[in-house]
Amino acid sequence: MNHKSKSGFADRKMLLRAIKDSFLKLSPKVQAQNPVMLLVYISAILTTLLWVTALFGLKDVSAGYTLAIAIILWATCLFANFAEAIAEGRGKAQADSLRAAKRDVEAHKIPAASCREDVTAVSSASLKKGDLVLVKAGEQIPADGEVIEGAASVDESAITGESAPVIRESGGDRSAVTGGTTVISDWIVVQVTSEAGESFLDKMIAMVEGASRKKTPNEIALQIFLIALSIIFILVTMSLYTYSAFSAKLAGIENPTSVTTLVALLVCLAPTTIGALLSAIGIAGMSRLNRANVLAMSGRAIEAAGDVDTLMLDKTGTITLGNRQACEFIPVNSVTPEELADAAQLSSLADETPEGRSVVVLAKEQFNIRGRSLSDKEMVFIPFTAKTRMSGVDYDGSEIRKGAAEAMQEYVTHAGGVYSSECDEIVRRISNQGGTPLVVAKDHRILGVIHLKDIIKDGVREKFSDLRKMGIKTIMITGDNPLTAAAIAAEAGVDDFLAEATPEGKLEMIRSLQKKGHMVAMTGDGTNDAPALAQADVAVAMNSGTQAAKEAGNMVDLDSSPTKLIDIVRIGKQLLMTRGSLTTFSIANDVAKYFAIIPALFMGLYPGLSALNIMHLASPQSAVLSAIIYNALIIIALIPLALKGVKYREVSAGKLLSRNLLVYGLGGLAAPFLFIKLIDMLLAFLRLV
Amino acid sequence: MTATILQYLFYMALLVGLAFPLGLYITKVMNGERIPGVSKVLTPCENLIYKVMRVKADEQMGWKKYLLSVVLFNLFGFLLLFLLCLCQGFLPFNPQHIEGNSWHLAFNTASSFMTNTNWQAYSGENALSYFTQFMGLTVQNFVSAATGIAVLFAFIRGLIKVKSQGLGSFWVDLTKIILYILLPICLVMTVLLVSQGVAQSFAPAETVDLLEPIAVDSEGNILEDAVIDGDKVLVEGAVVEGAVIVRKQIVPLGPAASQISMKQLGTNGGGFYGVNSSHPLENTTPFSNMLEMLALLVIPVALCFTFGRGVKDKRQGRAIFLAMFLMLAAFLAVIAVNEQAATPQLAQNGAVDLSNIQQAGGNMEGKESRFGIASSATWASWTTAASNGSVNSMHDSYTPIGGMITMLQMQLGEVIFGGVGCGLYGMLAFAILAVFIAGLMVGRTPEYLGKKIEPYEMKWAVLVCLATPIGILVGSGIAAAVPGVMESLNNAGAHGFSEMLYAYSSAGGNNGSAFAGFNANTPFLNVSIGLVMLFARFLPITGILAIAGSMIQKKKLATTAGTLSTSNGLFIFLLIFVVLLVGALSFFPALALGPLAEFLGMTA
Repeated sequence: MNHKSKSGFADRKMLLRAIKDSFLKLSPKVQAQNPVMLLVYISAILTTLLWVTALFGLKDVSAGYTLAIAIILWATCLFANFAEAIAEGRGKAQADSLRAAKRDVEAHKIPAASCREDVTAVSSASLKKGDLVLVKAGEQIPADGEVIEGAASVDESAITGESAPVIRESGGDRSAVTGGTTVISDWIVVQVTSEAGESFLDKMIAMVEGASRKKTPNEIALQIFLIALSIIFILVTMSLYTYSAFSAKLAGIENPTSVTTLVALLVCLAPTTIGALLSAIGIAGMSRLNRANVLAMSGRAIEAAGDVDTLMLDKTGTITLGNRQACEFIPVNSVTPEELADAAQLSSLADETPEGRSVVVLAKEQFNIRGRSLSDKEMVFIPFTAKTRMSGVDYDGSEIRKGAAEAMQEYVTHAGGVYSSECDEIVRRISNQGGTPLVVAKDHRILGVIHLKDIIKDGVREKFSDLRKMGIKTIMITGDNPLTAAAIAAEAGVDDFLAEATPEGKLEMIRSLQKKGHMVAMTGDGTNDAPALAQADVAVAMNSGTQAAKEAGNMVDLDSSPTKLIDIVRIGKQLLMTRGSLTTFSIANDVAKYFAIIPALFMGLYPGLSALNIMHLASPQSAVLSAIIYNALIIIALIPLALKGVKYREVSAGKLLSRNLLVYGLGGLAAPFLFIKLIDMLLAFLRLV
Repeated sequence: MTATILQYLFYMALLVGLAFPLGLYITKVMNGERIPGVSKVLTPCENLIYKVMRVKADEQMGWKKYLLSVVLFNLFGFLLLFLLCLCQGFLPFNPQHIEGNSWHLAFNTASSFMTNTNWQAYSGENALSYFTQFMGLTVQNFVSAATGIAVLFAFIRGLIKVKSQGLGSFWVDLTKIILYILLPICLVMTVLLVSQGVAQSFAPAETVDLLEPIAVDSEGNILEDAVIDGDKVLVEGAVVEGAVIVRKQIVPLGPAASQISMKQLGTNGGGFYGVNSSHPLENTTPFSNMLEMLALLVIPVALCFTFGRGVKDKRQGRAIFLAMFLMLAAFLAVIAVNEQAATPQLAQNGAVDLSNIQQAGGNMEGKESRFGIASSATWASWTTAASNGSVNSMHDSYTPIGGMITMLQMQLGEVIFGGVGCGLYGMLAFAILAVFIAGLMVGRTPEYLGKKIEPYEMKWAVLVCLATPIGILVGSGIAAAVPGVMESLNNAGAHGFSEMLYAYSSAGGNNGSAFAGFNANTPFLNVSIGLVMLFARFLPITGILAIAGSMIQKKKLATTAGTLSTSNGLFIFLLIFVVLLVGALSFFPALALGPLAEFLGMTA
């Protein structure tokens, strides 16, 4: 989806749309969804009514003051709406471009895979589950489905933003196709798996647009807390009115508090900062995930990502580079290294795999043996098969073979050769070190062993150690044998590994981890990963994977990158951290607001209380106005933080907490003292009060 | 100076020293373990009770059944006490022939003692018969305390058990708590108190000669400078007509010691006599004073250690203990310093020599000269921390800031040790709030002791934490608008407001102490204060049991480096911060109009 903002113009358009939406969102129906802001909304209406009655002479304070309070309260509502609208803006832009891909096309329905000629043209919207369609080069795939015949290169840029085409073929783990993508070459027969309205693209549009955004459990819990605080503050202000009347009567003076000021106090105290930004934070978190090209099927999944304490990572691609490389030739039985390297290179000339190429390169580097021409007619290349588990070349009358140790042992001994204990020992040593031994033989005589090594990716060790500091355990999943796996695990610095992994093994491991109270995240792509994906707390399916895997997972990684899991965890944590930090900030703000408003209210009743006016605000009215203006402006000031998320570092829970407490707790205590004073000075300077 | 400070340190050290072993003992009772020596005697009694009452000793109740048992049991206790108060005139053990109470006073008293508040809108020696005292009040002293501890036990089980249902049996918990914990300690303490001369008798009040007769005028006011000459009363040489000479006094008696030991141990606080433990027959000697003082906090403190053992992580109990202890120590220090420093007004014209650090200096108004400032301030801070409410000095006469602290400790929800059982479970609800905020700040769905905090727990936890502020704000807010309330005040201005605020704070914190002089025995005050007490008691009980019922079904999450520690210094700090913040945000305006206004008016 990498739709980066193309120009300032797009940004301005987004901004204008957000401003327009801020006003549209003033409708009571929208406001009712956010209880804290509903309180502000009602307060704004109430003060406006008070102003109107004040104009007719029924008042307890001046009409101008009531009007000022009313205007600021309306502004507070608009600012909150704006925060939400701007957060939604990015998603809406994404949704627009996705909608462009989701147009009705002509689908070529066929009765069976075998009769590809019998094409009926129908509308893509009318396709049903199980229908078969033929898609040829240049055509758009009409619906989500499974390739049941053929292979084709497909341009998926409409959904992934990645312009390089990908191969989709029947059978195996690359069989899923998405409606709205385009076949570039060849043809495929697709069995439709979803009907119009429920397709991947539909879900994606709904997700990025936030239309299907449901409040997550955590968000609900926070909202309960905020509502409870608001209720307490309603009671505080209501009781304050009677307290004030009671005290005034005891002192024999008129009640000094006005309803307008109490409403202002209520709005100041209510956790409006976090209340206004809460939904923006959630939407922004989702949108950060989208920008990482991950599509979460629910908001719940992204929060669960923050809780994950165990990552099951595939070795290949995440921990090691995708391929192994030759790093050493070890000759046996008094064969010279050159002789071994020469034979190894010959046998690998036709081997186009990265491993094969690395053998050729190593021979050249170490012994300056030049690759010979492949066109040599006397060379007969024997390709690798799963059955023989060896490959090689017949050349110049000799038979050169290389392959897995057991296969080579059988091959040599079968022909009467000797598989020496020296060779056996070397093979075992390489395995123990986490390498892969390839035994090379010429005319049934073992020359030596090539040491193929897994290359650990740069920086993964540090990454895992950071994760460990945060309490996240990494588990490497590999098909290697336990010895190899252990060696790589040690080198990469993962905490644990699952060797010779089978789908059942993965599922079993997730279950046992969960039983011990862990939250597990994994990625997967194959159909046989589906049970494990369904079991995991956070399951990321590769977009390149099968339909079954995508359905089992609760997120889809459009880039199909195995390292994405780490980013997802970061985004999940950041989302929760932003919520927590802004809540703390919002509540801590109340202390200063009390110090602004309470002395202002009661200095007439008890002159001694002016000692509490530690900010030395100019007058009672300016104190109330400054506090409530601060309360509105802080929402705008914090929108960038809500959208970007608070700073995230991979450190332990204790350190994170002390840092965030310091910044947002202490900062939340101090900031309003400073800014309320500044606003007060400005108001006094402008002679507005 | 040093001696005074040492006195405070001695009390605090002794308290913790006694509470720690008691906490371990209570854990054993909670877990139903065999206790050498004790079980041999008590287990047969226990089994007999189960047999007679047809209690299934191994029953495991779900939270709703546990709650229903608590409520029904307390309702029964309430009705019994209500009827006793109404009908005491016709009942035995009434040598002073005291009449039945009014319906609203009976309602208030029954609510008060059933909820472990022990707010007294009456004066014991004038308004209640011995029968009501020992059959009604003393019984409620036991069972209201046991109810609090039982709910705590159920909550602890909810935290430690994994994916199950049963919180234990309320009837078993109630029996065990009374039989193994409350009765034995109470018995020892009663004997010790009687040894100090605290009254314990069914005899009617005694009439004794005054050492020196006094004269009162026809309206009953004492004539200060009167000279009594035979039957004549002379003031400045002139005979006062209609003056009466008083030569005898009534010394009230009654089964006091047994009730007093339980009122202290069970954080009840309802005095046998009107002036509570400042009465010379309720609190006779420095030793009885120390004993009663330690008794009022020892079980709440012990329960912190019980909690730590109960959840199989002693550090958790220690953290909660430290959070409470640090707040208690800080508040005690504020009261002590303010009472010692007194007010500028007291020093006017050399009325009080404030330079004297010994008891004659400082604010001695309303304090017993036999206890002095240190023992009075300690008692005042402990009794308002512990939701006990018994007093050995009059809080009304404290300096504005000293008095404010006593009020604030109640307004914080009585979680600084608080009432037996309820203080701790109240604090644990605050711990849930604290982990919620802290958990979010470290990017994890919050959890406490491995159990996830979800909307359901959050809903009840905020209700538990806010029950006290809601009760106080609504109660006092309405009272401030009711015309007649002002006539109950004993003082004008900010102090008058404080008296009213204190009354509702005491009810909302289930404390029971009062700013003396506030006449609470009116229909409106009796009913409204009674309702606040019921609300502040049963909403948290419901919430805590609901949380327990939900927590017990959850799986326990593994502890990793990403888990937020709930036992380190940072968390203790955060917990204190949350408690103070909720209290401060709820009550800053109210306190500003009461004690703060009084203080600032005094110093300005």
